[in-house]
Amino acid sequence: MSTKDMHQRPRSSTRSPSDDADEFESRRQFLRSGLAVAGAAVATGAGMGAAQAQKIEVPPSNKEMGRIIDPKVYGMPSKYEAHVKRNRTDVFVNKQNWSDWSMTPLHQQPGIITPNGLFFERHHAGIPDIDPAKHVVAIHGMVKQPMKFTMDNLLRYPSMSRFHFLECSGNGLTDWKKAASSTVQQTHGLLSCAQWTGIPASWLLDAAGFDEKNAKWVLFEGADGSAHARSIPIEKVMKDAMIVYAMNGEMLRPENGYPVRLFIPGWEGNVSIKWLRRIKVSDQPWHLRSETARYTDPMPNGKWRQFSFAMECKSVITRPSGGMKMAGKGHYEIEGFAWSGNGTVTAVDVTTDGGKTWQEAALEAPVLDKCLTRFRMPWVWDGAPAKIASRAVDNTGYVQPTVADIDKVRAIVGFVQHHNGIFPWSISPEGEVKNAIA
Amino acid sequence: MRSLDISCALLGGAGALLLSTAVIAQSKPPVHYGASISEADVAALDIDIRGPDGKGLPPGKGTVADGEKIYNEQCVACHGEKAKGGSVFGAMVGGIGSFTTDKRVLTPGSMYPYAPILFDYTRRAMPMNAPQSLTNDQVYALSAYILHLNGLVPADVVMDAATLTKIEMPNRNGFIVDDRPDTKATRCQKNCP
Repeated sequence: MSTKDMHQRPRSSTRSPSDDADEFESRRQFLRSGLAVAGAAVATGAGMGAAQAQKIEVPPSNKEMGRIIDPKVYGMPSKYEAHVKRNRTDVFVNKQNWSDWSMTPLHQQPGIITPNGLFFERHHAGIPDIDPAKHVVAIHGMVKQPMKFTMDNLLRYPSMSRFHFLECSGNGLTDWKKAASSTVQQTHGLLSCAQWTGIPASWLLDAAGFDEKNAKWVLFEGADGSAHARSIPIEKVMKDAMIVYAMNGEMLRPENGYPVRLFIPGWEGNVSIKWLRRIKVSDQPWHLRSETARYTDPMPNGKWRQFSFAMECKSVITRPSGGMKMAGKGHYEIEGFAWSGNGTVTAVDVTTDGGKTWQEAALEAPVLDKCLTRFRMPWVWDGAPAKIASRAVDNTGYVQPTVADIDKVRAIVGFVQHHNGIFPWSISPEGEVKNAIA
Repeated sequence: MRSLDISCALLGGAGALLLSTAVIAQSKPPVHYGASISEADVAALDIDIRGPDGKGLPPGKGTVADGEKIYNEQCVACHGEKAKGGSVFGAMVGGIGSFTTDKRVLTPGSMYPYAPILFDYTRRAMPMNAPQSLTNDQVYALSAYILHLNGLVPADVVMDAATLTKIEMPNRNGFIVDDRPDTKATRCQKNCP
């Protein structure tokens, strides 16, 4: 099964790709077909052979002129890919859509880079539309000289680019102990990966000349309707935080912070403040609502853990995954993503028997620091019920835990963040793939 | 990594090596391109309040009665009567004492370790359809009203910077700092539990 299969879909000549009424059914067929195609390939390989072979006709596209090159255009995906969409959360449904989130279709993402139009979203007051010509980033507080930077100022610096994942701390919050979601888009889609371009945040702090003896924390604040802000330890800011204005080769999309945002590699998405307008240096954290009442972890004895920034090592199988259907027994390639906010993925193990035995999967290059990493493992499904899952290890030696492991040390009650538990999918004898978290 | 993938691994290793040697040592440019400003220039944006000591709280004051009036005009539609939860958002009252149960109820009263957090958040983000439109007096009044509904201040309180900072919040000592990794999973391969 190659990644190309991911984009195979039934060639239904009657369906209009823009017809949303067909969307669900078409999607379902698509999910099935991805695996069905692989099954067919195996059957042919096994020598069903020449008797059933049909002559391949010359495609009509060979016999006509194609679409002209437009003088100026922003290119869009094939109309046959119109079903690939970022979906607003539909398991945990919010009653308004300004403080809300949308999720990346990870099962439809080949490679490690999430296209900008499919990159997950989390906003607290909707998406502002900011004119870069009028936008300013100010830095002040415990600095020698408060400064302001226009977008022209920021773009004048030499740029740097880094590949990093971004994951919302709430990724997976609907599915800790009971299966509420069906697809990997719903269970893990608050995760995306991009090449980020900008400058080191440390340059702006250096420009203002922060108080090196007393400065310990830095506030970053957005220009959106929630003026979303977080306190960040200055060591992290100076180490690898970026002031980002572009992703994946183009300027940020409005929903990803246009014209400029903070990006903090490996840490919960919430701290990578979008639409950045202000930076303030201090000797202590602020304890804002988003670092006390929200984004904190319930702990035993009624306690809460705060400033739990790093997104710990995690992985998930994207194929086969929830909502897909196996095309009968035979050879399959189990594939998925692994990542760690603390470093590099060094290994991924896969189980197909519900965790009794695990086998090491292959990692696909490049394997980068704090970046999505693809893994794969060939598997022959014998048609019996199976439970598959992946377990990642990072270069700190940390092993991805089960939910039971996490349950021993935290209190999994209510709206719980930082779910990096091992995530199983069950496969029925009929080949139905389902969420098997329990 | 499985042997099948050794070439991949080597390639990956080589790639990483290349990356690290070729990483443009983006040395800081010898000059900076921003412009100098004064603290006064950034005053209109300088809205953050530090929770523990209330640093940043502005002058002004407000009463519970004023807060109730503003609440019923600008907040009740989403948050409901007496902050008990409404058409859009859940309760902002109750929950104190719920954290040792299986149903933790998160409200400003139960959750905020410091009362000035309420002022900070209300001023920067509320009301959702007109953020940063409330005066400081209005935000003090709303803080008085919400904290009164949570049973944390009396009905006749006059809320200002000093009063707000002094309130003893029930969850004052409810937080611990990040102590992860807190799990100790191992890489069992065979006969795993």
